[in-house]
Amino acid sequence: MIRHLWTRARRSESEYDFPGGVHPPAHKARSNAAPIRVGPPPDRLVLPLNMHLGAPARPRVTVGERVLKGQRIADAQGTVSTSVHASTSGTVVAIGPHPVPGTAAGDALCIVIDSDGEDRWGPLEPWPDYRRAAPTELVQRLRQAGIAGLGGAGFPSAAKTRLGEGQRVHTLIINAAECEPYITADDRLMRERAGQIAIGIDILQHLLNPSRTLIGIEDDKPEAIDALRAAMSERDCELRVVPTRYPSGGEKQLIQLLTGLEIASGTLPSQAGVVCQNVATAYAIKRAVIDGEPLISRITTVTGDAVARPGNYEVLLGTPVEQLLQHAGLDRHRLVRLLMGGPMMGFTLSDTSVPVVKISNCLIAADARELPEPPPEQACIRCGDCATVCPASLLPQQLYWHARCDQFERARQNDLIDCIECGACAYVCPSHIPLVHYYRYAKQALRAHDDEQIKADRARLRFEARQARLEREQAEKEQRRRARLEANRDRAAATSAAPDHHGGNQKKQLGRAITAYKAAQRAAATAEAQGAANAVELRQRASDLKQQADRLQGRAPQADTAPSGVVAAAPKATPTATASDQRERRLKALKSAYGRAHKQYKQAHAALQRAQRAQAEHPQSNDHNDVAGMEQRVAQLKARADQERAALDTLMEQAKSDLQQRAGKDLKTLKVEAARAEVALRRHAERLRAGRDSADTDTLRRWDAELKQLEREAHRSREALTQAVRAQGLVED
Amino acid sequence: MARKPLINAPAPHTAGALGTAAVMRQVLYTTLPGLATLVWLFGAGPLLNVLWAALVALAAEALMLRLRGRPLALHLSDGSALVTGVLLGLSLPPGSPWWLILIGSGFAIMVAKQLYGGLGMNPFNPAMVGYVVLLVSFPLAMTRWAEPGQPFSLSHSLSLFLDLPGADGFSGATPLDTFRTWVGNAPLLAEQPILHGHVAGAGWEWVNLAFLAGGLYLLARRVIGWRIPVGVLLGLAAPAVVANLVDPLRFAGPLFHLFSGATMLGAFFIATDPVSASTTPRGRLIYALLIGVLVWVIRSFGGYPDALAFAVLLLNLAVPFIDYYTRPTAYGHRSKRQ
Repeated sequence: MIRHLWTRARRSESEYDFPGGVHPPAHKARSNAAPIRVGPPPDRLVLPLNMHLGAPARPRVTVGERVLKGQRIADAQGTVSTSVHASTSGTVVAIGPHPVPGTAAGDALCIVIDSDGEDRWGPLEPWPDYRRAAPTELVQRLRQAGIAGLGGAGFPSAAKTRLGEGQRVHTLIINAAECEPYITADDRLMRERAGQIAIGIDILQHLLNPSRTLIGIEDDKPEAIDALRAAMSERDCELRVVPTRYPSGGEKQLIQLLTGLEIASGTLPSQAGVVCQNVATAYAIKRAVIDGEPLISRITTVTGDAVARPGNYEVLLGTPVEQLLQHAGLDRHRLVRLLMGGPMMGFTLSDTSVPVVKISNCLIAADARELPEPPPEQACIRCGDCATVCPASLLPQQLYWHARCDQFERARQNDLIDCIECGACAYVCPSHIPLVHYYRYAKQALRAHDDEQIKADRARLRFEARQARLEREQAEKEQRRRARLEANRDRAAATSAAPDHHGGNQKKQLGRAITAYKAAQRAAATAEAQGAANAVELRQRASDLKQQADRLQGRAPQADTAPSGVVAAAPKATPTATASDQRERRLKALKSAYGRAHKQYKQAHAALQRAQRAQAEHPQSNDHNDVAGMEQRVAQLKARADQERAALDTLMEQAKSDLQQRAGKDLKTLKVEAARAEVALRRHAERLRAGRDSADTDTLRRWDAELKQLEREAHRSREALTQAVRAQGLVED
Repeated sequence: MARKPLINAPAPHTAGALGTAAVMRQVLYTTLPGLATLVWLFGAGPLLNVLWAALVALAAEALMLRLRGRPLALHLSDGSALVTGVLLGLSLPPGSPWWLILIGSGFAIMVAKQLYGGLGMNPFNPAMVGYVVLLVSFPLAMTRWAEPGQPFSLSHSLSLFLDLPGADGFSGATPLDTFRTWVGNAPLLAEQPILHGHVAGAGWEWVNLAFLAGGLYLLARRVIGWRIPVGVLLGLAAPAVVANLVDPLRFAGPLFHLFSGATMLGAFFIATDPVSASTTPRGRLIYALLIGVLVWVIRSFGGYPDALAFAVLLLNLAVPFIDYYTRPTAYGHRSKRQ
């Protein structure tokens, strides 16, 4: 009930609403009185390959080629893209960079066509019975006809109408709001060609099969409303007149206004089952499907105090803005600001040679009185008017503070990404702060930051992979070298002992080696269990034998196929390497021997303690001599463990001094060096990260070079340390 | 062709806002009815207060801008210092000596505003900081109001202002003072003529009505939003209604509260200072409601007869907290945040 009253009070035919919004002066009467006029016949057309949002099209013509009106001259490439067509017949004279309109103004690739003045159409392929076509065929047709959203964003219509597997559209919305001041292109189009728009809507309905179709239109266009209503009378389509308020024509705002739905941040309306198309796009779709005419022209409002004949013109795409303005009676001396698009979201043009493109819904040639120089920016007084008018319910002022202080992540947390850049906040700002400018700046910085992050992550992964590969290769090389060394030595032994080299013999040898190893192993185990003094030697011999056996086993398969005489002589190993190799083995053996001895001692000690406790509790028991024996055994075991330890220590000392002799540094120094290099590296990386936003490029480049140098040093000292540790046999296994 | 280059500017290309200076001008104009009423009731004192306080504020602002190396013309012309001075001048009792105003107005601009970084950066309402500094430092001078309706002559006002020796002492009580003095005593409350004006306290009701008129104009011109004035008045009136129903002898009625003391000046001109108020739409309502409630609490139970300055400053303190918890849910985040 209350909602109903509220709806009536707002004079709206929709029960829903969107927050915020502003009421800038409309200035529409100037351009909406006269019927649509034909634009100037251009001598030269400049057709950017990217007149739409998304990937640029790929040229399919060459310089010098003759083209006919409506001929496809560039193909859509990628999912979000659309084609480009020749707007008139003539010759391709250039394919290259040319100034184009856009917020990021600059040059872009364009196809330039010199008109032959004949304006001769190429062959057309009308589809009057489109209902027989499958949706995919229709989508393909839209893509090939170069249809893009004509409301101002230029989103390729094929991408919008191509539905995913199992995706359903419950609501089709036709955007006829035209909420920006000055612009009347859609208004005139609806008044004059409502019937064709209706057919365009039929095609969209056939394509999307929505359960309902809503047309949203602002109440300041009564003639257009009447015309549409008449055209739609027989059709399954609801016309919703909504109060004039900027930005009701924003896609998300119109959806909210008509359906009450909010499109979740970061998703597309189609994911929520809603597709929104501009009314002029519907018209273009009709032309493309029924008449077979690709998108080669659009209705553009030309207005502003500096033109004598304001109104709407049907302009061939690619027509230079200069020519269109002259056609509308431009007084160049009065012109101080030239806008493409509306005064709220449009952008200034500084070069009049840029062409009219698919998004060019309006040109405003303003004199100094109409759009004067912006007043100087003053301090924000936190009045909060911006928050009141924000249609996305953001806190523009917070976003402004964050953007101003380069706190881009904070801005992101305040949902900067959801800003639609409608400009309502800047419009009401009493301090004349160009807020949208700040948001664009922050968004750009965030995008750059994200890109950099992705790049850095990738670089790190690459680096790690490379590091791992190098280590693996190093290890393999080492293994091969050792194998060769052993083979060499073995061969020398074999030639002196057993001159036969047959595979069978080798197998026998292997069998013998394994047997010998097992025997040695057993002997060592027994010796250790008994605490014999030569246990260490026995253990080491066992491990030597094991290695020999392993080696033989590794060679056995080779020997099956090739006579071992072919085995090339291995290079002689350096004495140090062999010595350290041996020592490493010996150290290992000593370590395990010590470990075992220590364990035995501990066990015996624990048993002794248990026995002593038992004796204390039961003094009558006659196990006394047992305890004495145990004490003796514990002492013995301890002596042996100490002995092993001493031997181990001596060997380690020896290894250390050896290393010091070789590297000139002991292990500790190497460790300290490695750690220091690591710290320097980390500190430097932090400085680079901190300075990324503030420092200038040269400094950054220098820091980067320094960082690389440090990385190399750290790597080197790490390697040195690893090698030293391995050489000493201190490596953990 | 040598043409003047076309303007290159970011969107939007039109501005719908008045501009800070115009906003401040409107605020200044709309205080005039209130000032006129004060002059009618008390003589030239309030006018001297306002003029002197404004002059000091401008001088202090200029001095600080110079010391901080900021462009003088741009910042002085925004009118914010002038508004601070005028609002402080309006709050001071008639007959305040020149040095008192100098201290208050100077402190307001130099410390409470410029030391925090100038316009837009100050967390506290500068005029109210100046007022409270004076109230705490010179309690006697600051609570000495004259009898309304018996304006001093110009020479008397001037000699008081110049703090000349031999200037007559005077004493008078505001309706709020009087109510506080005789609270709970029905016959004595009934005997006080100052408590029985047409709407509320005699004389002061006119001051408040004049400020209300100015405030409503600001509201109609959309210079200020509705949330803060409505919130303050509602926050003050609601507890007053309830308490008055429970015990009319101890608690004054809502009309008395609304049209006494600095209520209307505070609700429309002081609490609406955008810089130190909450910034979110919902936050503003909460901020204002709490100011109203706090005014009622301090008037009813506190040690001071009026409380607006304290209430505003205390809520200034709470603004970051209120802002944080009243952040609106951005479009497209409704389902995520719930």
